[in-house]
Amino acid sequence: MFFTYLRRELRRRRKAALVVASGLALGIALVIVVNSVSQGMGKAQDQVLQSLYGLGTDMTVTKAASAPAGDDSERPRFRFDARSSDDDSTQSSDRVMVQGFQTLSASTVAKVGEQSGVSDAVGGLSLQVLKVSGQFTRGQFQQDGGGGELRRGGDGGPQGGVQGGGADFDVNSYSVYGTDVTEPGLGPLTSSKITSGRTFRTTETNAKVAVADSAYAKEKKYTVGSTVTVKDVTFRVIGIATADSGDPAADLYLPLGQAQTLSDAKNKVTTIYVKATDSQRIDGVKAEIQKNVPGTTVTTSADLADTVSGSLSTASSLATEVGRWLSLAVLVAAFLVAGLLTSSAVSRRVREFGTLKALGWKSGRVTGQVVGEAVVGGLAGGALGIALGLAGAYAVTAVSPSLQAQLGGTGGGGGFSGGGPAGPRRTAAKTLDVALTAPVSVATIVLAVGLAVAGGLVAGAFGGWRASRLRPADALRRVE
Amino acid sequence: MYELKNVTKRYTRGKDTVHALDGIDLTIADGDRLVIQGPTGGGKSTLLQMLGALDRPTSGDIVLDGTDLATLTEARLTKVRSENIGFVFQSFNLIPTLTAQENVETALVPLGIKAKERRELAADALKSVGLAERLGHLPGEMSGGQQQRVAIARAVVKKPKVLLADEPTGNLDEGTRDEIMDVLERLWKEHGLTFVMVTHDSTLAKKAPRLATLRKGRITVTENART
Repeated sequence: MFFTYLRRELRRRRKAALVVASGLALGIALVIVVNSVSQGMGKAQDQVLQSLYGLGTDMTVTKAASAPAGDDSERPRFRFDARSSDDDSTQSSDRVMVQGFQTLSASTVAKVGEQSGVSDAVGGLSLQVLKVSGQFTRGQFQQDGGGGELRRGGDGGPQGGVQGGGADFDVNSYSVYGTDVTEPGLGPLTSSKITSGRTFRTTETNAKVAVADSAYAKEKKYTVGSTVTVKDVTFRVIGIATADSGDPAADLYLPLGQAQTLSDAKNKVTTIYVKATDSQRIDGVKAEIQKNVPGTTVTTSADLADTVSGSLSTASSLATEVGRWLSLAVLVAAFLVAGLLTSSAVSRRVREFGTLKALGWKSGRVTGQVVGEAVVGGLAGGALGIALGLAGAYAVTAVSPSLQAQLGGTGGGGGFSGGGPAGPRRTAAKTLDVALTAPVSVATIVLAVGLAVAGGLVAGAFGGWRASRLRPADALRRVE
Repeated sequence: MYELKNVTKRYTRGKDTVHALDGIDLTIADGDRLVIQGPTGGGKSTLLQMLGALDRPTSGDIVLDGTDLATLTEARLTKVRSENIGFVFQSFNLIPTLTAQENVETALVPLGIKAKERRELAADALKSVGLAERLGHLPGEMSGGQQQRVAIARAVVKKPKVLLADEPTGNLDEGTRDEIMDVLERLWKEHGLTFVMVTHDSTLAKKAPRLATLRKGRITVTENART
């Protein structure tokens, strides 16, 4: 009887039921889309941060910024001999520079590793290689006039000019990252997958081997087994790595010892990657390191996330602030409308409920009927809302709008200061393009179903309360 | 069966107090057939509601088979209604979305009877009022007379002790009125019911063996020797 009555009643009031269900559906769909987009934003942000950090890194330690040196001793200088014009040999020279020119002693890595709450710490060295190669030829003096006639100038010397000569050269700049091969679980290389060949072995601490980023390898036509020469040292490419985010930490990865030798930075690192024992204690560990290891800057994921700007940040704020409030407002409105419509439906059915009570139906049974109808309406709205929400989330994922994330664009102190291998301060803000997706989690669906039931119960509570208070004599008297 | 002693019912609306029933004393024996008549606002429907355990009096006793309805809780009154009292209303009061059979079943729901048995009992009740062919029809698909027959079937399906009818022919034409009255009288006799009916219809009142007239909350009972 309960279900028959419920079904027939919902069919009779299908317009009102549709209004209630549609309102709830809209609210629930908004909640799903906003939640999914928020999750997508979080994922995109993680992706951005991961491209700098690698997996498993909770914070990085870099040298605290100091005033830039006034001289230009750190600028790369190239010297080439001028050759005669008929000498077409190529001259080449490369300079290996530490990115950001700020290094920490390798002993700092051990010191950071000893701090309480630190599970693991590993150093890395970011380098920038600038290679200039080409032909540099001398000009030749040509005397003016033909037929051997000499013209003289004011000083009586021979007149003429230098012709020809010059330079035809190519500048190639790429980044190199010296990775601690004994700690393969930490550092920027963890955000890349080896798509060809292999990664470093823990024994290859000083081997002349390299892993190339796939994009760089494609550009330079490197394959596993190719050789790469950096500052006259030849390395064998043992693997090709593809960055998960599409934005690699470096073009070339070398064992840390080799990178230190190339850059004359023996026992130096630019960044220390730290993994905390407890992800809930990151702030405490940060404070501990800053206190006990002076002259360093500690950057956590949260600090780095704060420096994310650009359309990703704007969209994230929009989803968090506007989206959440909008969906909440729509939900509240939908709940209210559902409640009022149910209550109004009870008013129109006073005689019906009065009659049922006169026949001996308990108040609880009548209330249950009203609540049941409202809950079924709510569930229908929920199902519609889930369908709409899934469609919305699918549409967002299908379109995959590209969002731009800028990291470290805050300019001065307090902002991003070298969390990643790009180096501290002097490095320009890093810009990444990430595609926004809207993954719908099981938790979101559970939330939606919960909201649908809650919506039905709220609506049912309005109507059920009225129905339960209905005294049969009053109900029948009112319609006489 | 029914023993009413000094029953009063007052309604207060703002500063005004209406004495719907003013010291009613009435006895209705088992199997009795009582017609209540009187002008509008005289207290007829209020008295019927008291007899039907739909409302409690302001003062006085309403004893049904030894139980004073005036002192029962709402839950107990509900139980009394579900087991002992059948109602027939002027406007039929059928659930518009339920079929004739389902409408009759609603009276059996509070008794906890299983669905299959409910359906059978409802079908039998509808057959007894001449609606065997209309089990699956909705109220909107039936005439006023047929709807009232469904309401009568609903009132008697649970085999109550008392049948209370509030102007059961008030919305019907003369021909249909007589048909309905024939059905009610037949069931009254067949089931040995105590039958109390409120009516404005003098023709029906004249046929009643006992006639109670309510004016301004006071009752006068006359026995009709012709019936």
